[in-house]
Amino acid sequence: MIAFDAGKATRSALPWLFTFLWIAAIILALLLFVGAPVGEALSGFWNGAFGGRRNAYLMATLSRSALIVGMALSVMLSFRAGLFNIGGEGQLVAGGLVAALVAVLMPGPPLLVLVVAILAAMLAGALWALLAGVLQLFMGVPLLVGSLLLNYPIRYIASYLVAHPYRDVQSGMVQSHLVPQETWFAYFPGTRLDIGILFTAVAAAFALIYSYRTVHGYHTRLNGLSPDFARTVGLPVRRLTLQTLALSGAIAGMVGAIAVFGIHHRYIDGMLVQPLYAWTGIIAVLLVGMVPWAVPISGFFFAAVQTGAAGIERAAGVPKEIALVVQAVIILFVASRVSGALTASRGDGDGHV
Amino acid sequence: MFELIADPSFAASIPRFVTPILLAALGGALCERAGVFNIALEGFLLVGAFAAVLGAYFSGTPYIGALTAMVAGMALGLVFAEFNVRRGGDSIVVSIAINLLAAGLTTFFLRAIFDVTGAFSDPAIAGFAPIRLPFIEYVPLLGPILSGQALPFYLALLSVPFLHVFLARHRLGLRIRAAGENPQALRAGGVSPKRVQLLALIACGALCGLGGAQLSIANVNLFVENMSAGRGWIAVVAVLLTRGRPWPLFFIALLFGAVDSLSFRVQGLGLAQQFTDMMPYLATLIVLVALSWWRARRARGDAS
Repeated sequence: MIAFDAGKATRSALPWLFTFLWIAAIILALLLFVGAPVGEALSGFWNGAFGGRRNAYLMATLSRSALIVGMALSVMLSFRAGLFNIGGEGQLVAGGLVAALVAVLMPGPPLLVLVVAILAAMLAGALWALLAGVLQLFMGVPLLVGSLLLNYPIRYIASYLVAHPYRDVQSGMVQSHLVPQETWFAYFPGTRLDIGILFTAVAAAFALIYSYRTVHGYHTRLNGLSPDFARTVGLPVRRLTLQTLALSGAIAGMVGAIAVFGIHHRYIDGMLVQPLYAWTGIIAVLLVGMVPWAVPISGFFFAAVQTGAAGIERAAGVPKEIALVVQAVIILFVASRVSGALTASRGDGDGHV
Repeated sequence: MFELIADPSFAASIPRFVTPILLAALGGALCERAGVFNIALEGFLLVGAFAAVLGAYFSGTPYIGALTAMVAGMALGLVFAEFNVRRGGDSIVVSIAINLLAAGLTTFFLRAIFDVTGAFSDPAIAGFAPIRLPFIEYVPLLGPILSGQALPFYLALLSVPFLHVFLARHRLGLRIRAAGENPQALRAGGVSPKRVQLLALIACGALCGLGGAQLSIANVNLFVENMSAGRGWIAVVAVLLTRGRPWPLFFIALLFGAVDSLSFRVQGLGLAQQFTDMMPYLATLIVLVALSWWRARRARGDAS
């Protein structure tokens, strides 16, 4: 009875094989377009993502994945609750900006400054996310467009603040002053990897326990699977919505603080927007159909794709922007096969326009 | 402030800002009416802007540039249809992927073909010349708005009544609406809703491509990474607000375009550029809130 059904296994494996072949063919086509040596490109990718002298590139991948996985976790909590919050970028920027400004302006012992700055960053991210929630629940702006539109004002507010009042004028760049050196995250001994990834690990542990083991997480998931059911059984849907958004925003804000204290040590205009951390986090969640335990792995995978692409550029002269194309193609092929239930908050329900 | 708005050159600049939003929104409207939730207009515009520069640079004429942009947009529509309509991928997921794909393809080929990052400008990029309309250009107030604009603007203007009649009267227009409202009926009539949605997406790609061409080879003669800068998202909002009806869409696009244009103008007043840059998005949010309040009030009024 438990005999291996070869026919069935082939039927389910074959589409995945085709998917893989399609993606490989598109990558090959891009490499051939720029006339790059394919072998060197592949070894360059591997070295760029996982190699380097004393594993320097692997550390870069881990450092990047600290941010991408963090954003993915933030987004995952919203998506699983059926809240299409695509404003992670704004929440991330709010956190990074506030973290840097608090650390630059606040006097006091470095450890206290650091703690206050990180908490303030989480609060800023949470408030920015709540703003999108309030717009949806009380002003009829669907979360999908509200959260997205809010990305732009905060981007320009941050840009203004580090371009004018809090600019490090002497640097000649559009950036804030350096945060006090005593608040910088330490590196793991013998590496250039900062301890920011530990914060992401804590966030991951929290998000997994929250999603799998808590009543609150279960309720929000119910709301995500069927808002009508959640309402019918009397769950406080509005409160759950706001709480979930605040949680998502707080994690995104924390990621902004990690980027400040671990990597850049200041707020630089565009530093959280241009690398598309938030969008990469979103596709990392979509890649694995919002399954919580798989999200950190997926985030690490995309971080590796990005640092690997930089390796391809060094080894074979291929523009590293190939990473974006490859990521998008992967999502197109994979997500159209494993689409999760992303039904709520696209214009129906509370936020109908 | 008043002098700024009364300034005829302000009025004359509005169409430049309206055109990309209007064309993208009209494309989005076709998808909306066909039952395709396409929120990738941002990516469609971006690809159009890049392809327009590509075509205009290598051919030396803006018409080939606009044509290239439309073909590229149609190709992207085909990709959207393949993954959303045929393979059944979630439309939001596919849209997000298409937006990233557009950002990736344009930056990748910007470096691969022109060997630059950030922006590409070259005297060889042939831009659209303004078209002066005889007689109309002397009409007070409307003259400077209607005359002296680039080709995509006039095509956008013509598209509004055309699409209105097309959706109301033409057989394919009726089928597009049926695909959105009652696909079973369409299927019973022997027409595949998926085929109709595919056509809507291809037409959407062509319209957005033309909108992108306005951005890159009519407003300026260059391509900048991510130069669509949120206009596609504003077009998405316009489609949602009007539920894809061409005439209301026209007025919403006019409003958003005017704010966009105004924000560009007030930079001269000494307001920091960052504040003027965020005006279109804040205005969009305000319009969303205002319209939803107005609708809620009207609904209450109907009930009592």
